[in-house]
Amino acid sequence: MAVTDDTVLARDYPFSPPHRLDVDELYARLRAEQPVIRVQLPYGERAWLATRYADVRTVLGDPRFSRAASIGRDVPRTNPYQPELGILAMDEPEHGRLRRLATKAFTARRIEALRPRTEQIAAELLDAMAATGQPADLVEHFATPLPIRVICDLLGVPASDQDKFHVWSEAVVSTTSLTPERISEYIGNLHAYIGALLADRRREPASDLLTAMAQARDADPDGPSEDELVAFSAGLLAAGHETTVTQIPNFLYALLTNPGAMERLRGDPALIPSAVEELLRWVPLGAASTFARYALEDVELSGVTVRAGEPVVGSLTSANRDERVFADPDTLDLARHPNPHIGFGHGVHHCAGAQLARMELQVALGALIRRFPGLRLGAGEDELVWKSGMLVRGLTSMPVAW
Amino acid sequence: MGDKPVTGDKPVTSEDHWRITVDATRCIGSGICAGTAPRHFALDGSVSVPLSGDPDEAALDAAESCPVEAIEVRDQSGRVLAPSL
Ligand code: HEM
Ligand code: SF4
Repeated sequence: MAVTDDTVLARDYPFSPPHRLDVDELYARLRAEQPVIRVQLPYGERAWLATRYADVRTVLGDPRFSRAASIGRDVPRTNPYQPELGILAMDEPEHGRLRRLATKAFTARRIEALRPRTEQIAAELLDAMAATGQPADLVEHFATPLPIRVICDLLGVPASDQDKFHVWSEAVVSTTSLTPERISEYIGNLHAYIGALLADRRREPASDLLTAMAQARDADPDGPSEDELVAFSAGLLAAGHETTVTQIPNFLYALLTNPGAMERLRGDPALIPSAVEELLRWVPLGAASTFARYALEDVELSGVTVRAGEPVVGSLTSANRDERVFADPDTLDLARHPNPHIGFGHGVHHCAGAQLARMELQVALGALIRRFPGLRLGAGEDELVWKSGMLVRGLTSMPVAW
Repeated sequence: MGDKPVTGDKPVTSEDHWRITVDATRCIGSGICAGTAPRHFALDGSVSVPLSGDPDEAALDAAESCPVEAIEVRDQSGRVLAPSL
């Protein structure tokens, strides 16, 4: 079984183009029969793919696997050019030093304090959406502006500039929907914009995260560089945009297309927090897998030896459907408990915005079912248009009626 | 934060030991601590457990990095070294 021979055939990966929120059946077979296989992504060198929960956690959490070692390699990836990934391409201790500039702002306690304001924004947006008449596009009127306003408030980025940076931040999660020239142009614009805001805050401090991060960096001359701070801040802005924005419609779609799910949640809104965790597990957000980790020494994963220097990608989607960990893994069970899903990743790169995203998603679902108890799709399932060429799966628009 | 903690593999006497606790009711099993300070934390299923009380800056970093502030590091006198508020 333990084949590491390079002549062994690698399967093309992803196995199939993303289709709605369907999970390729091959993952279940691989978990049972061949949990670690050779794959070839559209670009880059060959990789190992791990599909079992335990192995994926090892790949993401064990310091014998490195992100920094991916620098200079022809990294397995879904986009033609190799993006600069900033914090996601660092190992300890550099990674922690950069990330800790922002840790405090994202703790569960601090994020909880933003809940009332988030609820208020959600209510305003839904009132405005109701006024436009039905069917209305949930993506445009609710799912997009809500997380953007929240992250802008938190960072201290003027929401009035959002038309600019919304376009630029798409570059961060684009795979093939933008040309490489466009992507570097947009990322350059975004960095210049953030760099200017940081300079403003040094002159005129405010009570926002950009100020706090600039001050923390200036206080630690051995810490992260200014470029790293700029890229990290831009990353927070972009991530704060593209992920939750996509997940709100995905969650609603999952609730509306899994029989009984929406009724259950309406009947018992106290289920919202556990429903959000279950949806984070069940929705296959990533169109492919996580960023490849490189083995720093030989590591055994389910009987396969990954040699030092070889890259491994872990499938969060497959791990979150592993029958070894989750009973009836394909069933959306809004009351599932315990639910140790890894929808936010695992280990030192565990999503920095996890607590924020959780809070936003809870607020979004709560506000939607309260304001529109009869909420339903405003178009046939076949008329819905899904994104393509992105790192994540999601709807480009979502007509809803109530 | 007071004296610089002892790092590396200098022998530490038990009086120097820190008291490191993880609140299992809060821990969400993110694995950030185990990745930041592998000598001090490991995951048992989906809950982190402290392994060692060796004074080491990495343990303070882990406590500062926990997204739910489940880790507490105190010195022998009971003074909280991390997380800061
Ligand atoms: C539902 C929404 C979200 C999901 C499902 C999600 C998922 C993830 C995942 C899986 C990773 C780990 C990637 C890897 O290890 O390869 C990650 C990392 C990250 N996420 Fe999120 N995320 C979400 C929202 C956010 C938000 C709102 C922010 C910012 C405010 C954010 C900021 C980040 C950052 C900065 C990292 C890199 C962390 C590091 O390298 O230490 N995310 N996210
Ligand atoms: S960092 Fe905090 S939440 Fe994550 S495993 Fe450690 S103690 Fe638990």
